Amino acid sequence: MSTLPSDVIEESERRWAYVVAAVIGLMFAVIIFTSVHWAAQPPSNVETIDASRLHLAGEFVEENLGTAVQPDGSVIVRVIAQQYSFVPSCMVVPAQTPVVFRVTSPDVVHGFLIMDTNVNSMVVPGFIAEIRTRFEKPKTHLMPCHEYCSVGHDGMWAHVKVVDRQEFTKSYGSQPRASCAG
Amino acid sequence: MQGSSRLVLAHFWAAFATFAVAIPLGAWQMLVRSPLHQWIAPELYYRAVTAHGTTFAYVFPTLIAMGFGYAVCAVSLGRPMRGLSLAWISFALVIVGAAMALATVAAGKANVLYTFYPPLLGSPYYYLGILVAVVGTWVWIGLMVWHVRRWKIDHPVLPIPLAMFATAVGALLWGWTSLGVGAEIAFLILPNAFGWTSTIDPGLARVLFSWTLHAIVYFWLIPAYIAFYVLLPQAADGRLYSDKMGRIAFLLLLIFSMPIGLHHLFVDPQIGAGFKFLHTVFTGMVVVPTLLTIFTICASLEIAGRLRGGRGPFGWIAALPWDRPFVLASGFSMVMLGLGGASGIINMSYVLNSTVHNTQWVTGHFHLIYGGAVVIMYFAIAYELWPRLTGRPLAAPKLVRLQLWTWSVGMLLVTLPWHLVGVMGQPRRMAYYDFSNPALASQGVWVTVSAIGGFVLVFSAALFIGVLLASHRGPTAAISPLKFSLAVNPPRRLPKSLNSFGIWAALVLALTLANYGYPLAQFAFLGKSAVPAFPVSQNDRR
Ligand SMILES: [Cu+2]
Ligand SMILES: [Cu+2]
Repeated sequence: MSTLPSDVIEESERRWAYVVAAVIGLMFAVIIFTSVHWAAQPPSNVETIDASRLHLAGEFVEENLGTAVQPDGSVIVRVIAQQYSFVPSCMVVPAQTPVVFRVTSPDVVHGFLIMDTNVNSMVVPGFIAEIRTRFEKPKTHLMPCHEYCSVGHDGMWAHVKVVDRQEFTKSYGSQPRASCAG
Repeated sequence: MQGSSRLVLAHFWAAFATFAVAIPLGAWQMLVRSPLHQWIAPELYYRAVTAHGTTFAYVFPTLIAMGFGYAVCAVSLGRPMRGLSLAWISFALVIVGAAMALATVAAGKANVLYTFYPPLLGSPYYYLGILVAVVGTWVWIGLMVWHVRRWKIDHPVLPIPLAMFATAVGALLWGWTSLGVGAEIAFLILPNAFGWTSTIDPGLARVLFSWTLHAIVYFWLIPAYIAFYVLLPQAADGRLYSDKMGRIAFLLLLIFSMPIGLHHLFVDPQIGAGFKFLHTVFTGMVVVPTLLTIFTICASLEIAGRLRGGRGPFGWIAALPWDRPFVLASGFSMVMLGLGGASGIINMSYVLNSTVHNTQWVTGHFHLIYGGAVVIMYFAIAYELWPRLTGRPLAAPKLVRLQLWTWSVGMLLVTLPWHLVGVMGQPRRMAYYDFSNPALASQGVWVTVSAIGGFVLVFSAALFIGVLLASHRGPTAAISPLKFSLAVNPPRRLPKSLNSFGIWAALVLALTLANYGYPLAQFAFLGKSAVPAFPVSQNDRR
């Protein structure tokens, strides 16, 4: 092994250190670029709510759940995730429109995932999860709860129906809180 | 082994006994939720998932890390261990705690899964069992640190042997990171489960759990890395390229693997975007020690390959003794580490995480890294230690190779389809999927493939236990003592920073304060977010 003096080893390690720095640097560059370019940010609003009084008063009383059109044309969808269903169980939103989901839970931790999209959040009781997104095309998406919430968890699936903007106004525009739940 | 053989064997046999039960449970879970089987009562499924997860998160790797730590302590310090009775007490605590937790699960009283996120609440005996087992490991941590200190007092200028240095890093890392789940159980869950408090803060509980949940993976990984550095070069007839680089890699793991746990909470509403980004950056840094390890190990293997007559840029790879279990296992481990590491980088990305968070992708990722890359090195360690512990040579080397092959193939069959269906949006932790739904139908075939992979793993696990049993009962023979690899240039003196832990421990404290201080303290002034607990039900209410 006398053919490998320490300075040769150290030189090779120095070269590898440059490779490591380049790999990590590239990774951060991609993450920073994409998060700024697409304004992609995970739901992080840090907003508390008294989970034991959801149904009594305030934002998440039953008649306020569903899709509410805002004066600027965007929509807010208020949802409750509970053992073992979402209310409403079918959410309807217009395509090509800014959408805000506000979700909370009266019982345990649930998950909020709209399949084939990047909409993904934990629903933690005591907190409101707020997710901002936009759907480009009309389509009905499956929406499973993705956190174990006790033994009925596997049956906790809902739908998100994305419809054309005109169609939304025509079919759902007259309802103060729209939903497609039967 | 310096009088520690019985102790090490007890840890390994106990670990492999839990392994032998929990592996078939995992395969059964994959079968019953696949298109190959009718739907079953979800309660049974979640009971099995809780047992599988609890065993593989808190019991099996813990016993391996402890047993291997005792072996390293005896062999690398070259003298009998002191405090053997303390070591047996620690072992008993882990076994009693594990038995209490798993019996509660088996009775169906704690279907909470191994992450047991409050306010879902199971029987207090489940949490108490885990706490007792964790306290048992603290005795082991104390023993490891004490032996390093004793040895340093007797050898003030010599470098601590690398294997022992790294074992102490693993012990310190586990000591610090186990405080998160320990505090969650002791201060939030148990007081509530026993009825002393009326509410529990789920957000705070999740932050405390994340304190443990990332670095625990490095606690599992460190025995595998130690094996790469101190056993693999020798098993391949080579030398360790650099002893110093090994120390640096382990120290970087110590400081970077804990203050990054919020990457598990990227889509949690109770953490602000700033801290999520900060933890992304530090998670990126924890890639560094793994890249250093890959370099050092590949360079060490290249030395081995060239000494064995390998030529050219790649000829040395073919010249390696792939028929030796340790070399073969390490090769598989590195392939799985590479694939799993790549999928992990997607998880840790602040932006891409939303695509895969809590989908089957995540399950695929950690089974590939842990069940694949790490556990296959536990097998290799067991094969290497067994003759030294029992005084009997390893039985059936051909079956050993078949076992390693089937484990790797099985792991890839299980985890690659999981990654795929995860990207398709399949949520994890479901007792069944409705594959008759057109939106899910295309996932069925991949779920079937992974279920088949599960049975390949059961076959491999049975082979493993069979080989160990047969060897343990075989004829005795003269066995060469275990030795650790020599470095190309073994260090004679080391700077204090690479031969002690004080400043690094201080750095860990400072980073914890910076990265976890506010996310924990915020719960004092956020407003009311605590909620009453919800006992986990025995059956579903639909
Ligand atoms: Cu659920
Ligand atoms: Cu992690």
